[in-house]
Parts: sequence; C-alpha cells; structure tokens
Amino acid sequence: MGNRIALTGNEAVALGMKQIAPDVVAAYPITPQTEVVQIFSQYVADGDVDTEFVTVESEHSAMSAALGASAAGARAMTATSSNGLELMFEVVNITASLRLPIVMPIVNRAITGPINIHCDHSDVMTIRDSSWILLFGENAQEAYDNLLMANRIAEHSDILLPVAVNMDGFIISHAVENIEIVEDEVVKEFVGDYYPEKYLLDAANPITMGPVDLQDYLFEHKRQQIEAIKKVSGVVRQVSQEFAELTGRHYDLFEEYRLDDAEVALIAIGSTAGTAKAAIDNLREQGIKVGLLKIRLYRPFPAKEIVEALKGVKTIGVMDRAESYSNTGGPLYADIRAAMYDVGGTAQVMNIVYGIGGRDMTVRDLENLITQLQKVTETGEIEERIIHYGVRD
Amino acid sequence: MAQLLEIRWHGRGGQGSKTASILLGKACSEAGKFIQAFPEYGPERMGAPVIAYNRISDQQVSVHCQIEEPDLVVVLDPTLIATIDVAEGLKADGKIIVNTEMPASKMKEKLGYAGEVYTLDANGISEQELGKAFPNTPMLGAVVKVTNMFSMEEFMELIKKEFAAKFAHKPEVIAGNLQCIKRSFEEVKSE
Repeated sequence: MGNRIALTGNEAVALGMKQIAPDVVAAYPITPQTEVVQIFSQYVADGDVDTEFVTVESEHSAMSAALGASAAGARAMTATSSNGLELMFEVVNITASLRLPIVMPIVNRAITGPINIHCDHSDVMTIRDSSWILLFGENAQEAYDNLLMANRIAEHSDILLPVAVNMDGFIISHAVENIEIVEDEVVKEFVGDYYPEKYLLDAANPITMGPVDLQDYLFEHKRQQIEAIKKVSGVVRQVSQEFAELTGRHYDLFEEYRLDDAEVALIAIGSTAGTAKAAIDNLREQGIKVGLLKIRLYRPFPAKEIVEALKGVKTIGVMDRAESYSNTGGPLYADIRAAMYDVGGTAQVMNIVYGIGGRDMTVRDLENLITQLQKVTETGEIEERIIHYGVRD
Repeated sequence: MAQLLEIRWHGRGGQGSKTASILLGKACSEAGKFIQAFPEYGPERMGAPVIAYNRISDQQVSVHCQIEEPDLVVVLDPTLIATIDVAEGLKADGKIIVNTEMPASKMKEKLGYAGEVYTLDANGISEQELGKAFPNTPMLGAVVKVTNMFSMEEFMELIKKEFAAKFAHKPEVIAGNLQCIKRSFEEVKSE
C-alpha cells in the first residue's frame, strides 16, 4: 500500500475514527482525557466528517450518550483514559449487557491516587469482567489497525458486544511513529455500513431495551452474553484474516515471537512487548532460548490457544502493568496460571509486575529479567514467584 | 548514517525541544526512514527542564523506552549544563551540540566530554531571523548537518513541507525558519 506517514498514536486513532465516520461520538474532556477526541472534534468542526459530535458534561454522560445513540440504531463511539473510564464504569457494564456494539479507544494510564497521568494498565483492568472485548496493540500501527477491525467484531451478528481498543498512554499515544494508512475508500468498504437488526427507533418493529429483568430471566440473558463471548475468538480471527488480505498486516489472538523452540517465555501486553523483542534478539545471540507471547485479545481470554503456544516452555514470565492487590499477582498472571493448571504441565510460571505509573522499562531491564528466568530454568529454584520489578525498597 | 541513530534533546519548557524532535522525525519519515519522536512528559511548566528523544533507523524500531545511551545530545539552553549532566550516558564516540555563543573548544572544556562537541549561537540566529529566541529550528538544522543525515538542499525540501503543515495558520514565519535552518548549517562549529 505504501501509504506510510508519521503520526502520534492519538493522531492515528483519531484518523481511523474519521475514516470509519461513526454516526455519533460523545466525549468529555476529563483530565486526563486523550487527544483522540480533541483531534476528532477538529475533523468535525472542519467538516471533514459528518459525525454528530455530542459534547457532554462528564464521562459517565459520554458513555450514556453513546449507549443511547447505539440503542437508537446509530454506530456510536467515544474515547477515554484512566479516571475517565472509572467515571464511566457503571454505564460501561450496561452497554455490554444491552449488547450494544459501541467502540471505544482507551489510552491506558494509571488511575489517580496519588495523581499520575502516565502509562499503566490499571484503568482497563477494572473493566476486564464487564464482557467488553478488549484488544491491545503494541504501537500506533496496531492501535490504528485494531480500531479499523473493531466495528466488524463488535457488530457481528453472533457477537453484539462493545470493543475497547487499547494503547499505552504517552509511550504510544504521544509518540510520533511511522504508520501505514489504509485509504479512506478501502476503510469504508471494509468496515461497511451499519444496519442493526434491532433498534429502538425502528417504529415498525417496536422493542424495549433494559427493562426490569429479575430472578426469572436475568440469568438467561447473562447466559446469552456468555454464548456470544465464546464466539469472539473465531470472529476476531475471521475479521483479522480479511484485514490481512487487504493490507498484508497479519493479526491473530496473540503474537508469537521466537517462541517455537523457546525454553523461557515472556508474556506481555502493550508497548513493552516491542522492547522485549529487542532484548530477546540480544539474548538469542548469546544462545538463550527465549521468546515472547504478546497478548492482542485479552478479553475474552484465549486460554486454550495460549497454553498450546506455550508447549515446551520451561519458565514463563508473565508481565503485568497493573496490580490486583490480591496477594496473587497481577490480572494476566492469574489468567495464565489458571489456564496452565488445566494442562498440568511442569512449567514454572512467574509474575513480573512492572511499569506502574509510567516507570520506564528498558531493553536492559528486560534482559535482566530474562536472565533471571533463565536461571530458574537451569536450577529449578524460585526465590520469589511474584516480582515487583524496578521498585525501590 | 548509523543503522540506528538515537538523539536526546535537552531544553526548557517553551523552547520547542519536543517540536524540534517531531519535525526531525517527520522529515526523516518523509524521506523513508523509520522514526520515533517522543518527549519525556513531566509537569508542563514554562522554563522547567524538559527532554525529548528521537530514534531514526533504516529498519522498523520496536523498542519503546527512553534513550539511555544516545549517539547525539542537543542542548537548547546552556544554563541547563550547571544543573543537569547533559552528557550522561552519551556514547564515548558520540556528539553533543550546545546552543551557545561560546566557541566549541571552551564548551568542550566546560563539559569535560571527550567526544565531538559542537556549538551554535541558535538564539542569535533566531533573534535575527525571527525577531525572537526560538532556538529549536536552528538546532534542528545543526543536528542534520552534524549527523550528515541529509544535504542542506535535501533537508530544506523536506522541512519546507513540515513547516507548511505546522505553520498553516502562521505562514509568515516560514521564510524566517527556513533561513534559520540554512544559517545553522553554515554556522555550527566543532572545536
């Protein structure tokens, strides 16, 4: 395609939103918001996109307005970050339960307390049980590509669930990088028009959404939600396959990097996966058999496929950019440990909590970590299973 | 040019370090390079020390961390030298460019850095060409010259496009900024 330009992650995602041209975008500039909606609102003001841009009075209202628009039959989006997502939380859960295929970029940043605006995954991890589909990208390109695929996944008739497209705050959102842009017309055709099967403004076929649903039926409706969740992996793969045919850029549920013969594996989410690749290349030269599994689809969690990909690995370092305050490590670690239990293997699984509040994670840090994991492989001895890497005592 | 060139910009809030790193990145991207340009965000205050970075490569860059061992350091404000070790981590065979009226030999002594030291009176150039001290554009020109990234003619063509986009609402400053770049190519000096 050869359409390579240099943009920040925020600019890339805002451009993707312009190309998708949703019917409605509702947003509120909480601090820290993202530049995504700021840039998008400029497109609207300049007449570059005919989206109805609703300026609301809070993030709770932003998600409520997106909910209303989506229920009415519109393709709706918003974007948020950090505390903005926390303020949305009530409605985030409702949109998923109402099976509204809203798409929302999230710029992942620490939740305030004390105030911090930098990258970690503590914001998005609070909605991991909401039945939103959570996609993660390593860089601006992947954030943009995930966004272009998000509507297709969300609106698929087997799914009808909202999708959050995540990218690392500042590290990706505010950094300029090269990205390959898909032409407007190609995006338009790929994403397609939105024709919901059921919606409130369909006067000929009146329906109700979100009425009282007590002990007699709520469980059945949740069951339907679970059935839809089971089909997400397949739809993600199918849409990604079509996207690859269009762009030559291949995506799966996760990415395997030099994992085939690996004895040590890191599992990471987001930009640190890219830094880990450099560390892995360096240590491979020294003969250490190390690889990476980079999560793309985090919810629903492709446990079976991940376990299969980790076959033969002796030591697994699960990297969490968020704590769960459970004394059992971070959220990804809990997922991986649970998945590994089913296969009853002998692999050692360790947890590395890192990068909280934007703490930098360098190539050297990752080399140190891999060396530690390699030592576990050789000796079978673990001093501490859960490490908080790079924190002062 | 090295396969991967890593640059660290030191300046003060308001001097345009971040803008310079982005302009350099975008110009290099336009020329077909793989780039990163990113600031180290702290509290945003006018006059506070700030840092920005560039990675420029012939291959895709997957690393996403700060640069600890740059090939080149650019100092937009010489008063930073008294409080910050601007040469920290700078490779032994690296280069440093300082915005100062001081000759490079004297600056080299002051920094105590054994590698190549360059100076440019970026404030002076900017005051003459733009009527105000915006040291970032002249320093951008100095970076391109010192690294031999592009010839002056090539870079002027690339940066013209970036200026046209950046100053779409202030086209009157474009000519002065281009003149800053041209002069910095001619006036940046090593010891």
